[in-house]
Amino acid sequence: MSSLVKKYLMALTGFVLVGFVCGHMLGNLQMFLHPDWINEYAYKLQHLPYGLLWVVRLVLLITVIVHVVVAVQLVLENRRARGGENYAAKAKLQATFASKTMRYTGLVLLAFIIFHILHFTVQSVHPEFKELHTEITGTGTLWHVYDHLKPMGHTNQHDVYAMVGIGFSPHFWYVPAFYIFSMALLCMHLTHGVASMFQSLGLRNSVWTPRLRKLALVIGWVVFLGFSSLPVAGLLQAFPHQDHIQAQYEHTFDGGAAHSDAAAHNH
Amino acid sequence: MSEGTISVKLKVWRQKNGQESGHFEDYQMDDVSTSSSFLEMLDLLNEKLIDEDKDPVAFDHDCREGICGMCSLTINGIPHGKNALQTTCQLHMRSFQDGDTITIEPFRAHPFPVIRDLAVDRTSFERIMQSGGYVTQRIGAAQDANALPIGKEVADRAMDAAACIGCGACVAVCPNASAMLFTSAKMTQLNMLPQGRPEKDRRSLNMVAQMDAEGFGNCTNIGECSAACPKGISMDFIAMMNRDYAVARVKSFFGAA
Ligand code: HEM
Ligand code: FES
Repeated sequence: MSSLVKKYLMALTGFVLVGFVCGHMLGNLQMFLHPDWINEYAYKLQHLPYGLLWVVRLVLLITVIVHVVVAVQLVLENRRARGGENYAAKAKLQATFASKTMRYTGLVLLAFIIFHILHFTVQSVHPEFKELHTEITGTGTLWHVYDHLKPMGHTNQHDVYAMVGIGFSPHFWYVPAFYIFSMALLCMHLTHGVASMFQSLGLRNSVWTPRLRKLALVIGWVVFLGFSSLPVAGLLQAFPHQDHIQAQYEHTFDGGAAHSDAAAHNH
Repeated sequence: MSEGTISVKLKVWRQKNGQESGHFEDYQMDDVSTSSSFLEMLDLLNEKLIDEDKDPVAFDHDCREGICGMCSLTINGIPHGKNALQTTCQLHMRSFQDGDTITIEPFRAHPFPVIRDLAVDRTSFERIMQSGGYVTQRIGAAQDANALPIGKEVADRAMDAAACIGCGACVAVCPNASAMLFTSAKMTQLNMLPQGRPEKDRRSLNMVAQMDAEGFGNCTNIGECSAACPKGISMDFIAMMNRDYAVARVKSFFGAA
């Protein structure tokens, strides 16, 4: 594969990932509305027709794999090209910190992606998450606003709202801290990556360079602030329906723990 | 022009040949005229070394007027030294302070093996040129100058790319030792002109293939190349090359290039 084909692959997979990241962020921001919003959204994603959920997951998986594998190839080739002898005197002319640390920010992001999936998708970090159930009444969602639509009225559905609230709560403060740290690195990755993408694909000239740099800066920061608002709200226990999260926590975590403690005591 | 003298300490990379490993040697240079050029200062060092019956320092140079691309040297970590838009041969000692220590290293990169001391083998660039950095012309009487009108903007842009003197500073400064600034300038200066258009796709494919075969790295759009370039070649040309190559690959996939 030629050097430029590898660059195209990095840019195209990067583009898909940026698109996913922006959509994912918008979905997540429903945490600041009534619990029904995100629970209903999650329900709909889980019940997409024709196995579309798995199609999307597969496409994203392949995208990440290509992005990472090609990145590793590029890094190895570049190291070989640089040669064995390093400059004794080092100088920087204009390179940004973000541009020179793409491989490191990317590596942490890979670790983050794996942890994030184990945390909220597989739910193996806290298996208790699987037991969080609630009713989706449609209160406060669009079903309610347009009252000619019937509320979904599903009972016993997975309580994503409580899961996120508990997952980011001060009980597990190191988890939201890692999320915020990773999102800061994603911000850096994107402030270079989004501008770089257009250069790699040849869709850039000197008129567009400052515009694309600013676009990359805006996307990086919007993504950082949008995503980080959730772990921050979790740490500060500032979600609008914090009482619901607290009740679910006591029911599933504290209550469960107290229960097994009592059981152990009886023996 | 301020006439004065300064004393500087040189840390010079010495290496017998490509097989042996190199090391730094220190030289004290006293009473160097601030009006002398950097290469003249090295000439003085070599005269001194020859007087002392030692090996002079090998370094590349030719025109000494900033147009041939033969001089090199990484001076305090920057190819051609810290002054923007300047070749080493155009650098003067007035750019240094009395008492400075100046570290002088070759243009480092795997495809630029050291020949001796500060002289490196840049024939990898020649092979990239041979793979497509030319236009095929019939010999015979030149055609009428006005028979092939070229817009002023295009002509200017082609001249901006053609300003590349092929010195290799872009490779030397690039964290990835990528030759994409050089290759793109040499490719697009022809691709954007009518004389170069018939061979455009072939040129794009072959020059990138040769660049890869020489073992140069991959651009990560960091931009140090443009900043170090004595001719200020813009990264716009890399974007153009990326575009021309993509089009050529698609056309060749469908058997049209
Ligand atoms: C949320 C996930 C990610 C997003 C949205 C993302 C986005 C991007 C974008 C847009 C680019 C620029 C493409 C180009 O023009 O070269 C890029 C480049 C890159 N990414 Fe990622 N990426 C992500 C994850 C990762 C991961 C997990 C790695 C793992 C090692 C990684 C390593 C790299 C590297 C090394 C580059 C090339 C840097 C350069 O050309 O300077 N990225 N990424
Ligand atoms: S010696 Fe010719 S450009 Fe410097």
